[in-house]
Amino acid sequence: MNQLKHFNLKSFLLGNRTRYGLIFNVLLYVLLIAIGFVYLYPLLFMFVTSMKSPADLLNPMVQWIPTEVYTGNYVKAYRVLDYPHTLASSIMISLIPSVIQTVVCSFVGYGLARYRFRGKNLIFILILATFIIPAQNTAIPQMLTYRKFGLLGNINALLLPAVMGQGYKSAIFILIFYQTFLSLPKVLEEAARLDGASDLKIFVKIALPAAIPSYIISIIFSTVWYWNETYLTVIFLEGGIQSLPMQLSKFVQAYENLYPPGTVNIFDRLNEAVKLSGTFLNILPLLLMYFVLQKWFVESIERTGVTGE
Amino acid sequence: MNAGRPFHKRGIKNRTREALSGYLFILLWIIGFAVFTVVPLGQTLFYSLNQVTVSATGINLEFIQWQNYTRAFFTDPTFVGLLIEYIIETLVSLPIILIFSMIIALFLNLKFRFKGVFRTIFFLPVVITSGPVIQELVAQGATSVPGLTLSGTALEFIADLPRYLRNPIEYLLTSFILILWFSGVQILIYLSSLQKIDQSIYEAAAIDGASAWESFWKITLPSLSTTTLIVAVYTIITLSHFSENKVIKYIYGQTYAVGGGIGYSSAMSFLYFFVLVLLLAIVFLLMNYRAKKQYG
Repeated sequence: MNQLKHFNLKSFLLGNRTRYGLIFNVLLYVLLIAIGFVYLYPLLFMFVTSMKSPADLLNPMVQWIPTEVYTGNYVKAYRVLDYPHTLASSIMISLIPSVIQTVVCSFVGYGLARYRFRGKNLIFILILATFIIPAQNTAIPQMLTYRKFGLLGNINALLLPAVMGQGYKSAIFILIFYQTFLSLPKVLEEAARLDGASDLKIFVKIALPAAIPSYIISIIFSTVWYWNETYLTVIFLEGGIQSLPMQLSKFVQAYENLYPPGTVNIFDRLNEAVKLSGTFLNILPLLLMYFVLQKWFVESIERTGVTGE
Repeated sequence: MNAGRPFHKRGIKNRTREALSGYLFILLWIIGFAVFTVVPLGQTLFYSLNQVTVSATGINLEFIQWQNYTRAFFTDPTFVGLLIEYIIETLVSLPIILIFSMIIALFLNLKFRFKGVFRTIFFLPVVITSGPVIQELVAQGATSVPGLTLSGTALEFIADLPRYLRNPIEYLLTSFILILWFSGVQILIYLSSLQKIDQSIYEAAAIDGASAWESFWKITLPSLSTTTLIVAVYTIITLSHFSENKVIKYIYGQTYAVGGGIGYSSAMSFLYFFVLVLLLAIVFLLMNYRAKKQYG
């Protein structure tokens, strides 16, 4: 009873210093749900269309809910994409370079954060330059060099730059590690140095374990970016390794090889449902990874502070 | 072991030793930068001044000075058109991405239930935006805003507009969601700097009678000005490097085209790079100026 007496309609609706009011809350959720829907629309559209049977596709009455659960598109897309094979190569060409790139970038970031030396600012400018220079300004000579050494179509074409700290978007990872090591306390490392530990030992035994979250974040982001990268992978790996996105970009051609247009009946012709099934199969591994690791994705950058002013 | 030596000498030695260790840590990167960036960049520049023909035995070069550049700028009708389109599209997308990511970050910085769900949604595109996926989605018309199908008169109105006005509007209508999809990392960057703002400033302002609206304009926005600059630079670079970018696709196509060749595409790469740097410089100067003005 006493509580009811204190119940204040105005503060319930408009909120007060400690709490948002009802109006504000409703508005917030309505806005977020609306924007969220628009945001997810392409994915919903893709998923729904990919579940439509050829009959549903032609039926103008069927918009959002297919009349049956039809998996035929996925069966075809699975075959056209050569899924197990391309999936395995995609995992290989994204995971291995990203692990190597992360380790090398952590070295560079540590060197920049912990040691005083001349020309550090120049190094930072050059790191930024590697981020700005478009890939096509360096890709062709690299490709010709790789060809000379027989590295085209070989995973080494991606690994070599990563080993030398020039992997895909390496500047971001160097900055992440720079920021991380800068924010870690120096005391333990100095104590170890007084005890006569070598620089490498200090890095491996003390700095590295303290920066484990940054390592995980870097590997995750790097893997995603390598997975989605198609410009360099097409130039360097074409003919040797076929990744999922590469196979998706020639979906039509691959489909017509498997189902020649003249020989199949009308229901087996290539349609948008099959294409979108292929697209969905393409992003499925990343979606799964995202939902399993999403804590790392979202909370990560807030903690490491990529922004580093 | 250094105990016997004069103090200042030991200091100098430590300094050098420290610098050497530092260089050792970044040595790999410096070599890599030379091998994988400087040398190829120089080679591309060299190719751009030559007529390059690739044969079974190797590469034949014929020095033709700036002809590749003049050809790209004055003879090729497609390249300049695409370049202008790229500039317009980038300048249209940039403010949308900046404002959108800032608003979403402000929302996600509030305390409310199911925040995690929304955070997951708004960050999702980062994971899936690869060139071929985007291409499929655009081709199937999945990236225009649902329910925003225009009536006939509106379409006619747009069709009557001059080309450089029409293109950006059409671009907006057909790829609005796509533009928003490029906001994932930007939202995170904004969120992290929002969380760095000292809460006591807001409390002090509230005690002085400032409303939430005033606090936003007087505290939040000025504190985000540096972040906005970083986000703008990041956005421009991401948009310009995206493999579905029309200019990049055209340059790539010309590399292997009969009338094109490596020399010609190298020249175009450099022109594109130059325009990108110019865009960055303009945005940087504009925003830096404004940021400075705000701080007084």
